[in-house]
Amino acid sequence: MALDHDTKRDFKIIGTRPLRPDGIDKVTGRAQYGADQSAAGMLVAKMLRSPHAHAKILSIDTKAAEALSGVKAIITAADFGDMRKGEAMNVRDHIMARDRALYDGHGVAAVAAINEATAKAALALIKVEYEILPHVTEIADAMRPDAPVVNAGFVQENAPKGYSENVVSAHEFGHGDLAAGFAKADKIISRTLKTAATHQGYIEPHACLASMGPDGRGELWCCTQGQFYIRTLCAEILGIEESQLRVTASEIGGGFGGKTTAFIEPVALVLSRKAGHPVKMVMDREEVFKASGPTVSSEIDVKIGMTKDGRITAGQAELRYQGGAFPNMTNWLGAQCAFAAYDLEAVNAIGINILTNRPKQAAYRAPGAPMAIYAIEAVVDELCEELDLDPLDVRLKNAARKGTKSSYGPTFDEIGLVATLEAAKIHPHYAAPLGPNQARGLSCGFWFNFGGNTSVSLGINFDGTVGITEGNPDIGGSRASISMMAAEELGIPYDKVRTIVADTNSIGHNDVTDGSRVTFAVGLATIKAARAAIKEMCKRAAKMWGIDEDAVIWEDGYAKPAGQNAGEFEPLSLAKIARKSANTGGPIAGHHEVNADGAGVSFGVHLVDVEVDPETGFTKVLRYTVFQDAGKAIHPDYVEGQMQGGAVQGIGWALNEEYIYGADGKLQNAGFLDYRIPVASDLPKIDTVILEIPNPGHPYGVRGVGETSIVPPLAAISNAVSRAIGVRMDQLPMSPPRVLKAIKGAKG
Amino acid sequence: MVKVEIWGSLRNATDGQSHVEVTGATFKQILDALAQDYPGLRPQIERGVSLAIDGQIYKESWFTPVHPDSEVVLMPLMAGG
Repeated sequence: MALDHDTKRDFKIIGTRPLRPDGIDKVTGRAQYGADQSAAGMLVAKMLRSPHAHAKILSIDTKAAEALSGVKAIITAADFGDMRKGEAMNVRDHIMARDRALYDGHGVAAVAAINEATAKAALALIKVEYEILPHVTEIADAMRPDAPVVNAGFVQENAPKGYSENVVSAHEFGHGDLAAGFAKADKIISRTLKTAATHQGYIEPHACLASMGPDGRGELWCCTQGQFYIRTLCAEILGIEESQLRVTASEIGGGFGGKTTAFIEPVALVLSRKAGHPVKMVMDREEVFKASGPTVSSEIDVKIGMTKDGRITAGQAELRYQGGAFPNMTNWLGAQCAFAAYDLEAVNAIGINILTNRPKQAAYRAPGAPMAIYAIEAVVDELCEELDLDPLDVRLKNAARKGTKSSYGPTFDEIGLVATLEAAKIHPHYAAPLGPNQARGLSCGFWFNFGGNTSVSLGINFDGTVGITEGNPDIGGSRASISMMAAEELGIPYDKVRTIVADTNSIGHNDVTDGSRVTFAVGLATIKAARAAIKEMCKRAAKMWGIDEDAVIWEDGYAKPAGQNAGEFEPLSLAKIARKSANTGGPIAGHHEVNADGAGVSFGVHLVDVEVDPETGFTKVLRYTVFQDAGKAIHPDYVEGQMQGGAVQGIGWALNEEYIYGADGKLQNAGFLDYRIPVASDLPKIDTVILEIPNPGHPYGVRGVGETSIVPPLAAISNAVSRAIGVRMDQLPMSPPRVLKAIKGAKG
Repeated sequence: MVKVEIWGSLRNATDGQSHVEVTGATFKQILDALAQDYPGLRPQIERGVSLAIDGQIYKESWFTPVHPDSEVVLMPLMAGG
């Protein structure tokens, strides 16, 4: 797609902060979430899950459960379609174990019954005979040549040699002469840093209502970031055509990448097909932790060289990511992002994917990037400390900018890293005094963003209002942003526009709400749809005036004669044209379908002040400021919300959150009591500074903002804690026991 | 001819070359030419790749024009959360 140079910069609505359209529904309980739908004759489904990290399933005896009164259907992997490759097969096999349970919590069988109590009673009657197999849940253990093989058959031709079959792929990026670069350095630091697997922590568990009719047609209501992708996955798994399944996305109680794939939906559909009734399925919190898609854990070797005056001469990293029992993309995404903030002559990053007996990872905002940039930014900060250099000045000296050959290959166009760093440097936060046991940390962050397949339909109602139909679940304020872009383009008030998220039969295909794509790509399609409607409205005005349509222009919501030569006519408002549309040719609408490219990359810089209690190792976050390039902030409240939300999730990742597996391979903390996400009382106000360096690929300059904000917090907080205690921390989370151990270790 | 940068772990398929020259004027023609001229690249191309053309990343758009002087970088598929 050619870049859109038909740009608009003089805004009336864009940049304002109108009320969110979903606010009243959400605070009054009117909004319908995944678990809020019911149907006549509905059954309730529950899953039986493996209590073992790795076990061969010798037999499954469901006779006693089937005999229980109220049980309508029981399924196992044998009830799913036969596929031999592809992501749908991986999703199917992650949901329901075939011949082996691959992780603690892996589905083994599912029951649909007249109520939850009966379904649970039936689960207890299912007899599964297991042969327990050796398991492996940690990266280093899984790589050993003699490690138990988790899931055979995924090794790619690029996988490094000399390891077990769990090491499935490796992707390497970079340029320049590393040896020459390191030779120029005055100081070189090498470290290995580790991050734990974390969960997206969305408050709403996965939930769905499935109904498959005897005619083979299905209806699915579910909580998802992508109803079209859910349809594709379910259709493949069930062996039906996509046209036979309509998927409607519910309101969503958080996703953050964790609802970009299926965990229960195919099970509910197969149960419904077998039982002949609608089936409702809702995960409990323990199931969400054990059997949805947490993020990867990582071990990252970093080596960076720097001159005395702060120029980075070379950077090298090996990133080892485990994402459970199935392959994933995070290794190449992380390796590409690791050094993206820097303008380097010599750089190399290799990302390796390792399989373990854990659940299949799912995306979590900027998948792969937070841990990669944590490792690089921690070592850059250590070099600054060792060389007694200002860490912000060093970032500025080395910052990627327009014309920089990125660490992953392409040359950057207009980017906002220098602007965000300069904004941080002059912000009062950077110069604020610090007290005892307090320190300040900072980190850069980066994410690619992307566009993708998008369809938008925009109808001009006869009363002069506008309805927009789009197909991406609203996880970050997109309904407001889309309405605002339409209102801006059409020249009408925001409250004249209503945007809805449609089911899979009501609009053309839309990719998943991910990649920070929606405000960019759906916004772009909305603007183009509005322009198509404007063209038609100008045509109708021309007809009414009896002049050539090319002699009509659109300004501020009115069709006007293009000039004196066009004739003297009273401008026609959108509402007037709409009211006469039946008389002038019928309904007026615009639509646009596109595979949007040109999403601009996004950079952010985070500043954080912490205080560490030397007696307990507890870290209190005192002050936090996020600086981020939004290209153009359509609705600044939502942009700030994304920036604050990413920072908060990153604070949790840095200080508390981790999947803890026991020696038995079982998850030890599958609940919010033992897996502690930050709550409001843990946090200071997160201040935000929005930078606007327009993206040339969008008519209004929009860049995605949803993911970049979770990238810098890990390193920013680690750098602050390290400076506060005088010991470099190299592992996340920095829980109080771990920080206390570091303090005591330093004291000898 | 268009010069295409190849990411590191694929260079086994290009005799260690970081850049190769292929004939093509669009996204798809470049990928087809890479798979034909360097068969070792085919498995990765079939699994999915992106092309960065003059700094912009394109995932699937077959007919995106590529000029002889364009900066073209072969990249893995993008994903997000």
